[in-house]
Amino acid sequence: MKKFFAKNGPGYFFLIPWFIGFFCLALGPILYSLYLSFTKYNIFKPPKWIGLENYEFMFLYDDRFWKSLEVTFSYVFMSVPGKLIFALAVAMLLDKGMRAIGFYRALFYLPSILGGSIAVAILWKQLFEYNGVINSLLAKIGIEGPYWLNDPNYSLYTLVMLGMWQFGSPMLIFIAGLRAIPRELYEAAEIDAASKWKQFYAITVPLLAPVIFFNLVLQMIDAFKTFSSAFIISGGAGAPLDSLNFITVYLYNEAFAFYRMGYASSLAWILMLIIAVFTGVAFFSSRYWVHYENERD
Amino acid sequence: MTDLSIQEASEIAHNYRVIRDKRKRRAAITKHLFLAICSLIMVYPLIWMIVSSVKPDNEIFGNISLWPSEFIWQNYPDGWNGLFLSFTVFYKNSIIVTVLAVIGNTLSCSFAAYAFARLEFKGKNIFFALMMMTLMIPYHVVLIPQYLLFLKIGWVNTFLPLIVPRFLAGDAFFIFLMVQFFRQLPRDLDEAAMIDGCSPFKIYWAVIMPLSLPALATTAIFTFIWTWEDFLGPLIYLNDIRDYTVPLALRNFISQDSVSMFGQLFAMSILSIVPIFVFFIFFQKFIIRGIATSGLK
Repeated sequence: MKKFFAKNGPGYFFLIPWFIGFFCLALGPILYSLYLSFTKYNIFKPPKWIGLENYEFMFLYDDRFWKSLEVTFSYVFMSVPGKLIFALAVAMLLDKGMRAIGFYRALFYLPSILGGSIAVAILWKQLFEYNGVINSLLAKIGIEGPYWLNDPNYSLYTLVMLGMWQFGSPMLIFIAGLRAIPRELYEAAEIDAASKWKQFYAITVPLLAPVIFFNLVLQMIDAFKTFSSAFIISGGAGAPLDSLNFITVYLYNEAFAFYRMGYASSLAWILMLIIAVFTGVAFFSSRYWVHYENERD
Repeated sequence: MTDLSIQEASEIAHNYRVIRDKRKRRAAITKHLFLAICSLIMVYPLIWMIVSSVKPDNEIFGNISLWPSEFIWQNYPDGWNGLFLSFTVFYKNSIIVTVLAVIGNTLSCSFAAYAFARLEFKGKNIFFALMMMTLMIPYHVVLIPQYLLFLKIGWVNTFLPLIVPRFLAGDAFFIFLMVQFFRQLPRDLDEAAMIDGCSPFKIYWAVIMPLSLPALATTAIFTFIWTWEDFLGPLIYLNDIRDYTVPLALRNFISQDSVSMFGQLFAMSILSIVPIFVFFIFFQKFIIRGIATSGLK
């Protein structure tokens, strides 16, 4: 026993904070959340086991749940590709050795670092007011802008644009990835008179595939978890007509406005499963379109 | 056959070079112009917010000009005292939470990382795998059980739920980042220190820490930014306005619905992101390198 501690003691000592955190704030809560998802629980009375009823209600009767899935998925499928395309396009423009590259890089990254703040969500809300800046600009070119924030057909686009505006971090990762592609490949292609477009899809895309994949997974997970901006822009309730009721916003309100902790936990588990499935699909499909440098030959 | 004299040949070569250089320069100018326009569009919302913070309220909407007819600096002191309590209180709260979170996260993550990178103990690989798995769990799943836990032990409406978890190495991402960094440091240093009779703790504190400033700085900077911008945590745990952090106070500002305070709202929004902006200016190198090499948000 003494020997065991002499050998392993220091390692365990340094892991004490992590152990406490892992069991009390990660593993324990996850299991408890799973348990709660099978119960009815309003904080004031002890949880009551109801089996699969939460999930049954969710899938069969809860239109708001389906709406929240639709909103969340639409947001992810619109904002993530848009963001990545912007990020790659700008990264390719910012060549190595270009003048003022540091300046541009910082400028394009700025919205991303400020973007998570409530200040920017508030700003965005004001930009898209009916008499706000966006509609004033549209009026200049003769377009009458819609009621962005009050019309359920348009409200989600304001958030998509906010997401795309923050393309900074995938851009930085793309820049690093592009630098790793050997210059000689492009020079050789130039000599063979390959067009810029051909160079893009025959050299850049395949060699950048691991980086594209990395960015895709990261941004997708992030987009599924969007909360603060949707919460602020929708006035806290996913309005108008649930068109901004992201699953995270729905979950928050179920738990902390209506104290339906059991049902909110089952929503949380669905969110976790969705993220797990998408991450899994991305990893699985990556075998077919991502090739890593060291596995060629 | 026409023979070219040397003079004629060099003239043709010279003309060719002039044309080529001209074309290159034109391409570079086009690119810079394009990038400049792009960056202008990117930062326009931020500039608009800054300008709006000193505009008279009737000029904020329906007016895209970036020059106010008169500068209302009074928006800043008025906004500062615009809520039931002054922003001095909210800033103080934000600073307390953020500073302690930064200290806690940097210390506890480096503790765990030191164990994983440098010490031998039973079960190390399993614990490491478990740690990496926590990376994929969305915060929303542990949110409700954590809330219930903190409610039970009476921590709701205190700063503790926002600070204590930071001392428990909950951020697997930073642990991983530091493990990678510590592994690069030469082992000879540890061994030499050990021969001199240093304990593992002494090695951690006097050898590893001072050599790991870049990794520690990256962790500290991102923890600062994320904690400062955090909205969901304070939203759930802080219900008394005296405990509000700056983002919560801002949210209160918009839910007051008094239309005549937009100038003040923007003034406070700007002040809320000033610390992040200052950090970004000073630590740009760490931030950009942190993202490019590890995919931090």
